[in-house]
Amino acid sequence: MNDETIDLQIAADDRKQLAVETPREARWDASAEADAPRGPGIFGTVMLMARITFREAVRRRILWIAAIAGVAFLGLFAAGQHAMIRSIPPNVPAINRREGIGVMTLMVLYAGSMMTSLMAALTSCDTLAGEIESGTIHAIATKPVCRWCLVLGKWLGFIWLLTLYVLFIEGGTIAISWIESRHLPPHTAGALGLIWLQAVLLLGVTMAFGTRFSALTSGACTLGLYGMAFVGGWIEQIGALRRIKTCEELGIVASLIMPSDALWRRAASIIQPPVFGSLGASPFSSTTEPSTAMVLYTAIYAVLALILAQILFERRDL
Amino acid sequence: MAALTIDAAGLRKDYGGRTAVRDLTLQVRRGEAFGFLGPNGAGKSTSIKMLLGLVKPTQGSALLLGQPLGTREVRARIGFLPEHFRFYDWLSATELVTFHGRLCGLAERVLRERVPRLLERVGLGSHRSKPLRSFSKGMMQRAGLAQAIVNEPDILFLDEPTSGLDPGGRKLVRDVIREQRNRGATVFLNSHLLGEVEQSCDRIAFIRKGEIVGMHEMGDWQADRAEVEIHAANLNSAALARLSAVGGVAIVSHEARKLRLRVPNEDCLPEVVRCLVESGADIFSVVPQRVSLEDLFLQTMGSDPGL
Repeated sequence: MNDETIDLQIAADDRKQLAVETPREARWDASAEADAPRGPGIFGTVMLMARITFREAVRRRILWIAAIAGVAFLGLFAAGQHAMIRSIPPNVPAINRREGIGVMTLMVLYAGSMMTSLMAALTSCDTLAGEIESGTIHAIATKPVCRWCLVLGKWLGFIWLLTLYVLFIEGGTIAISWIESRHLPPHTAGALGLIWLQAVLLLGVTMAFGTRFSALTSGACTLGLYGMAFVGGWIEQIGALRRIKTCEELGIVASLIMPSDALWRRAASIIQPPVFGSLGASPFSSTTEPSTAMVLYTAIYAVLALILAQILFERRDL
Repeated sequence: MAALTIDAAGLRKDYGGRTAVRDLTLQVRRGEAFGFLGPNGAGKSTSIKMLLGLVKPTQGSALLLGQPLGTREVRARIGFLPEHFRFYDWLSATELVTFHGRLCGLAERVLRERVPRLLERVGLGSHRSKPLRSFSKGMMQRAGLAQAIVNEPDILFLDEPTSGLDPGGRKLVRDVIREQRNRGATVFLNSHLLGEVEQSCDRIAFIRKGEIVGMHEMGDWQADRAEVEIHAANLNSAALARLSAVGGVAIVSHEARKLRLRVPNEDCLPEVVRCLVESGADIFSVVPQRVSLEDLFLQTMGSDPGL
């Protein structure tokens, strides 16, 4: 029997002995374990992922392209509003003048809200689904981090991005309106908050889809729900105007399935000029103001969508 | 004391009606380099993913470093280079390795010292600030290797680490494997390049159709499977029949003047030659044959072509 064979025999005997005398859990000595770093912790992981997600948006020029498009959007609005204000005869009463400016501002805010919603769905649909598909997540998820923290970190990174976007596009719209007319619509902070919540909602839903479907499917699912909510909102408004109960109920069901449009209608109702409410149903305004309970429902929905994304990601095979 | 870094018993993974891994039972010792071989679709990647906690087993149990799979404590002590690795290609090599080091919980002070050293080690010292998107496949593989060892892991899982690497890159991987073993780490290597496995590993396991079908200390099959090739004329059926009667001798192949035999050891060769000569054969040469890992792989896998 040569030395190598003897070594192997000893190793085999060791294994047998270990199996007999020691529980499996105790077979590894604990000294190395004590020295090993335990990972960045919950807060560290979340902030690390949030920063890398935000930095990705910057490096991939998503932020800059969005900013350039936003500047063009705001520039067009500023030029249009300036021309409109100049065209108003001086003898028009100030209240009518303000209404006109308010109408235009509301229309641009609506366009901004749509852009923010698209931004939320399209930028985030690839973050989980794409990294699962490409395998990028494998090297990350095998590090000493909780999977739910990875989802929360990515979500937070997108929240930073969307907050900046809402402030820039919607805040910029309101600022331009004020600069041109010295008129600040009422409840602007509340309206901005609701538009922001709309983006947060769509972000959570997209990420939840992204744990199970491909990037393209996730984006398509979210935008499908967003479109359904938009149509549901219209049906509800028409139902309210014409007093058609079935239409109203259909709209409510649509809002419960995806409450994104309800948030816009709530934002529009608190910010819109009085004349707008009396004009009847239009995409830019609201004839029926969704309740505070609906806003709360939406906030809970957004949080649950995030939690669902975390649970689904935690449980799935990668 | 020998300790098991991997101790898997009956791991199984079903995806719906399809079984990816039927029975993964293996033990890997501390400090050894372990090769995991099998044809495409045999269940290698799923097995690694189960051990890493990326995929939950349908059945069975396993311990890594004495702890259940997938715990944070275990993951703090493993390194992994995925097969189809994709990293954030908008990061530079330094940023990538630093990011993964931070995910491991390494202090900034440690990272400042370790990351440049690691990038230098994998040959990316002069490319450390370039974005990964400008890297070739081989350079990406090197960056991946650096992120896999940034935490000085106790177990290093390498899934096809040499695919896409030039000979210099392959040597680098072999050197890194040796360095990790010298540190006391266990290396679990999955590779199709059997020559690389043969040079790097102490032990190998073959997996076929989701089941371990063979496990060997590196080279032990040479002793079990000594083979000789005999060039001879007049190899008649009587000669072959007499050979079969010699204890432990088996005919592997016979084509015209070329006869390949499996023999229990080289001590029986005089007896083999005597049989042949007495049966009227004219012997020109008797050459002992080395059974390569590739021969063993093909013999073990039989006709399974993989997927």
